[in-house]
Amino acid sequence: MSSLLDYAIPGVPYGCEFALLAVGLVLTFRATGVFNLAFGAQAFVSAFVFDLLDEYAHWPQWAAFAVAVLVLAPGLGLALDHFLCRPIRTASTTAKVVSSLGLLIAIPQSIPIIFGGRTRHRIGYLWLNPNIVYFHIGSTPVNGADISTTVVTLGVVLGLMAMFRWTSAGLTMRAVVESRRLASLEGVNAGRVAAGAWALSSLLAGLAGVMLLPQSNSIDPTNPLEFTTLLVAGITAAAMAGMSSLPVALVGGIGLGVLENLLVKFLPPGGVLAQGLLPSLPFIVLVGVLLANPRLRHLDQSSDPLASVDPPPPPRAIAIRDKRLELPMKWGFRLLVIAFVVSCLTWVPGNWVFPLGQGLVFSVIFLSITLITGMSGQLSLCQASFAGIGAFTAGQLALHMGLPVLLGAVVGAVLAAVVGVVLALLVIRVSGLLLTLVTLAFALFADNVLFQFSWTGGGVAGLVVPRPAMGSVNFNNDRAFVMLALVVLALCMGVVVLIQRGTVGRYLAAMRGSPTAAASLGINLSWSKVTVFALSAGMAGLGGALYGSIEGPISSTDFNYVLSLVWVVVVITTGAQTVEGAVQAGMAFAVFAQVLTYLPQRVAGIEFIMFAVGALTYAAHPEGIVEYQRSIWMARVGRWLEAWDERRSRMARSGMPPGSAATGAVAGGVGGAPGSAVPGALPASAPGSAPAGGAYHA
Amino acid sequence: MPDGAPAHGAFPAAGRRSVSRYHAGRPASGSPLLEARSVSIEFGGIRALSDVSVRVEVGEAVGIVGPNGAGKTTLFNCLCGQYCPARGSVWFDGKPIDGLPSYRRARLGIARTFQRVEVFPEMTVLDHLLVAERARRGDGRLWKDLLNMSRVRRDELDRIEAVLGLVGLADMAATPVGALSLGHCRLVELGRALCLEPRLLMADEPSSGLDTGETAALADLFRRVQQEKGMAILLVEHDLDMVARVVDRAMVLDFGELVAEGRLDEVMADPLVRRAYLGRAG
Ligand SMILES: Nc1ncnc2c1ncn2[C@@H]1O[C@H](COP(=O)(O)OP(=O)(O)O)[C@@H](O)[C@H]1O
Ligand SMILES: [Mg+2]
Repeated sequence: MSSLLDYAIPGVPYGCEFALLAVGLVLTFRATGVFNLAFGAQAFVSAFVFDLLDEYAHWPQWAAFAVAVLVLAPGLGLALDHFLCRPIRTASTTAKVVSSLGLLIAIPQSIPIIFGGRTRHRIGYLWLNPNIVYFHIGSTPVNGADISTTVVTLGVVLGLMAMFRWTSAGLTMRAVVESRRLASLEGVNAGRVAAGAWALSSLLAGLAGVMLLPQSNSIDPTNPLEFTTLLVAGITAAAMAGMSSLPVALVGGIGLGVLENLLVKFLPPGGVLAQGLLPSLPFIVLVGVLLANPRLRHLDQSSDPLASVDPPPPPRAIAIRDKRLELPMKWGFRLLVIAFVVSCLTWVPGNWVFPLGQGLVFSVIFLSITLITGMSGQLSLCQASFAGIGAFTAGQLALHMGLPVLLGAVVGAVLAAVVGVVLALLVIRVSGLLLTLVTLAFALFADNVLFQFSWTGGGVAGLVVPRPAMGSVNFNNDRAFVMLALVVLALCMGVVVLIQRGTVGRYLAAMRGSPTAAASLGINLSWSKVTVFALSAGMAGLGGALYGSIEGPISSTDFNYVLSLVWVVVVITTGAQTVEGAVQAGMAFAVFAQVLTYLPQRVAGIEFIMFAVGALTYAAHPEGIVEYQRSIWMARVGRWLEAWDERRSRMARSGMPPGSAATGAVAGGVGGAPGSAVPGALPASAPGSAPAGGAYHA
Repeated sequence: MPDGAPAHGAFPAAGRRSVSRYHAGRPASGSPLLEARSVSIEFGGIRALSDVSVRVEVGEAVGIVGPNGAGKTTLFNCLCGQYCPARGSVWFDGKPIDGLPSYRRARLGIARTFQRVEVFPEMTVLDHLLVAERARRGDGRLWKDLLNMSRVRRDELDRIEAVLGLVGLADMAATPVGALSLGHCRLVELGRALCLEPRLLMADEPSSGLDTGETAALADLFRRVQQEKGMAILLVEHDLDMVARVVDRAMVLDFGELVAEGRLDEVMADPLVRRAYLGRAG
């Protein structure tokens, strides 16, 4: 028994850090509805700055603490609230998650740009020296970091609980959490409360970051990924608490820390369990908690009894395309493709052919995001894992069984689709935020566990996916490969467009618009979800195999979980709802990377930051920036054409009744993609053909 | 009610169905089309519905009136499967449908509109109805889409245009719904529901957002679908004139309880009902 205690005690300080993060997550979520995925990144910022000031600028500890945790962290929180949260207060949960994703990517990427990318080896600590053992509990040594972490966490969380219970500020915050609208009616400034919650929770993140410092040997500003485990555990503890109860979050966090420690000690080292189970434990626990806790089921449905009081969000301006633009656009597109093919085969320099090929391959992968996020409105954060499954399957099959790589790619795609179905079945009853979190857990699991085996990701050495060969055509040549990628991309685009225009696409669009209404029509949303998940995973797998093939040697780092997040952000920023958006995103992603090779190393992350900042506009323009600009221009050109028409008809002075155009317009509107409406073709129905009940518009 | 009530499994499979299986057969003799028995539900300790029982006979038009917050929408949600009542059960066509998800209830022939409009903002009016039309037929196979066999067919268009004419949106077919006014969105919802050719049409305050002329036309529309297509109608509505024109029978809800039931004019004369309405007026 005492030995059990010996093993459990060191887990407590770990668990306290989880708890701090969990409490912060719960706090922001309750007060603002934002599930702040960037929380780990915020913790990293404070930790980094604290270390910089304390160890490198030789500030006294308290001063470094004051600046990094008491000033910088809440300041960052307030800034986030002001620039990010305020504009999206009434946005959907998905929009909020996308915004926090943008931050999750932008914040760590900007650190090396601001502070340089040098790895720092001198690690600061807060309050008590981690190298001094102050006393023993039983036979367990307790060092300074253990004491300070535990004491600070308990103090902070208990203090918060007391605040919510007894102070008026706490009461106000609880009122806002119950019903923002009701609280506003009572004269509470809900905006200020939200800002306060952001500042407070960011402070907690900063605190957790600084507390965590002594556990690492070095800080690499270009690689803040060590905060991953912290994030997973924080999310898990927050999920245990049903995203609402602070004491449960505290107990859950500490429990997780203890459990992890116990397992490390008791599982036989080197055994299958220790190798396979131990690293995947956080993810298994997370998925288990997410699926088992019934309080999480309806997280993204507002429980605010006054929710229906809010007017529905303003409809976004829908571009109405002039029919006459369709033909020139079609031909313009064809010319563009021809020009691209000819250029790639002739004058484009070799070092640019490769990134163009990459861009095509990325486009295939990104089409999978069009399917899942653009068409069905579900946010999946594990597309890179699906791509990895495709790539590693193709590579392993080619290596061990000599399977042609294209065949291997198809097998990989099918395998990825199967995994996608399994994931979709797991989350079938839930949606929105929970689905996003489960996919994130899977991405982390794939990255940290699944792809680390030699029979999957090829271990440290990685794996080589060969280029395909077809008769006399050798795709080792980049130019030839570009043609192959173009064909695959065209096929995938065709599939997406056909689905978009077909029944399933319309069902998905309905589900995206209003799940309630879609279900009320008899559409089986679960089935649609599984279908689209399978398709999307399969397409990502296919694209991943192609990616492996164009790259040649690949390893698990090529499909790490951050990539999933980056890809989603890139596609959403550009335009997730059209195939053109995905292709533009793919090309831009690859081409930017190539352009950056001409720029200094230090700004390498700028590309990510650009896209990440773009993600912040998602709430306002869910169709993506490029798509938004395009629709504005289409509308503008349409207006010019109309004005021109008007002038011409005024000159002709002849009024032709456009009654015959009405039915044509209907058919035309249907034949095209949904949403491509035909304007100007909405004349008042000709007299006599006015239908019964048409009185509404008389 | 049949005693040996069939279990859920006795329903036609949720998958593909033919129109006739659902829409042709008459219910077991004498049993009402929809029956809710003592349905109760609470939210955070507050009773939103207590022991509410509703009967709608085949082809009958029933109105539900009551002050704001009485629980009318909540009752709709319980009947359609959005909420799961804490107690009580709901029967449709002589069989219990408790526990059936809302999409399966829709397939049984229950269609509804929403008080807080639930439209698909990016889709055109025509696409809304097309989705309903295809959902009714149980369409939606992926391979058909991939073989480009899902283009809009003439017969579908004809049916949709007929419904569009009925609700008066014929000249807006190609307009994205996001660009429509609230009143027109309600009409889109109604058209969408009509495309399902339901046996029971449930409308939640369909006239809000419409002017008096439009409301009168809407009342005529309800009458027409009831008489011509034999649809039963369950109507929640504040405009008592409209209720009077549409329903055969009315029920009054107040604070989650059924306080009166009968012919509308009789019901509205009931002192309890008058108090429910006037008591809130201040
Ligand atoms: N999802 C919900 N959560 C909490 N309270 C609810 C919910 N839905 C309805 N209510 C409450 O139930 C009561 C009845 O509401 P509702 O059915 O919308 O009334 P009506 O439609 O008659 O105006 C109201 O007090 C409302 O606040
Ligand atoms: Mg209501």
